[in-house]
Amino acid sequence: MVSLWKIFGVFFKIGAFTIGGGYAMIPIIQNETAKRGWLSEEELPDIIAIAQSAPGILAVNVSIFAGYKMRGLKGSIVATLGTILPSFLTILIIALFFANFKDNPLIIKIFKGIRPVVVALIAAPMINMARKSNKTWWAWAISAATLILVAFLEVSPILILLTLIVIAFTVTKLVEKRQEGGK
Amino acid sequence: MTLIIVKLFAIFFVIGLFTFGGGYAMLSLIQTQVVVANAWIDESAFTDIVAISQMTPGPIGINCATFVGYDVLAKAGAGHFVCVLGSFTATLAVVLPSFLIMLMLVRFYTRHRQSPLFEGTMKWVRPSVAGLIGAAAIILMFNTSWSGTPLFSDVDISIVSENFPDWKSWALFTAALCASLWMKVNPILIIVLGGIAGFLIY
Repeated sequence: MVSLWKIFGVFFKIGAFTIGGGYAMIPIIQNETAKRGWLSEEELPDIIAIAQSAPGILAVNVSIFAGYKMRGLKGSIVATLGTILPSFLTILIIALFFANFKDNPLIIKIFKGIRPVVVALIAAPMINMARKSNKTWWAWAISAATLILVAFLEVSPILILLTLIVIAFTVTKLVEKRQEGGK
Repeated sequence: MTLIIVKLFAIFFVIGLFTFGGGYAMLSLIQTQVVVANAWIDESAFTDIVAISQMTPGPIGINCATFVGYDVLAKAGAGHFVCVLGSFTATLAVVLPSFLIMLMLVRFYTRHRQSPLFEGTMKWVRPSVAGLIGAAAIILMFNTSWSGTPLFSDVDISIVSENFPDWKSWALFTAALCASLWMKVNPILIIVLGGIAGFLIY
């Protein structure tokens, strides 16, 4: 069994390096959980799909889910605390002591370097994930259609996920019924 | 003071419940409540909070909630301890709805994961996730928010600083992409190296 401290430590690390939005945590979570065998390659896209469909902050939702998979309720509490704590502490320190944080030239320079790198880190797992899970032409078509709808036509991701879930569920159900009927 | 803390909790709980589509959607909800409806913080202070939330590690929504919770009580004249309590309240409240809903979803997932119906459905949904992640990367490149048009009020997108101001950032992007895809470098190391590179070249 994975120890709670270990889960906390790993998610603290994930929280500390999630810079610039929830999707930035995906490459880190993929790396940290894959090398420990915590989540399978299929589970991660499942978790992201479910976390994105639920309200709230993506990074937090992923942590709740992943923590629960490892150690139940305790695991999800510990993983969430781990993800939140670095933010919480950093912001408190800034609010208490560094009123001019955002105008600090050193900080500005460092973040100018980090931002484009984070975008690359988000793009990379997409390529890996698509290569591994897309085995048919229609899987590639779904990936491409989602990308175009969200990035260029500004359709909400939840709308796409929910529509897909409804269609996929109905089709699978119908196929199941037909197979049963054929027996 | 107590009234403000109770109000903070209620407002951030509702924000957590109705945020769909990531941090930027949440920012506009926070702005509506904190700047417009309750007038706790003025527009320019909120702009600073958004900028700092973007620059610091951690999810943007959490950073913003923590900061707003502190600032609202500081503006009301509270001492440091009460301000920290405000941070804690806002952060806890914004996470709580997700927590309860995700617990239900994860239970559902573990129960039905093995069923052919569930597996058949997820076969369609998984490829979509790859597309979503790709879209997130493209949106960050062109610097617009998730939905482009804010959901409930007008968060000024121009306060969101640019990710690709010049050719140097494109060079960094390419280097990081290669390091991640082909050399399988640890993403945390890539972020640290990106920060060092930024310090050296700008």
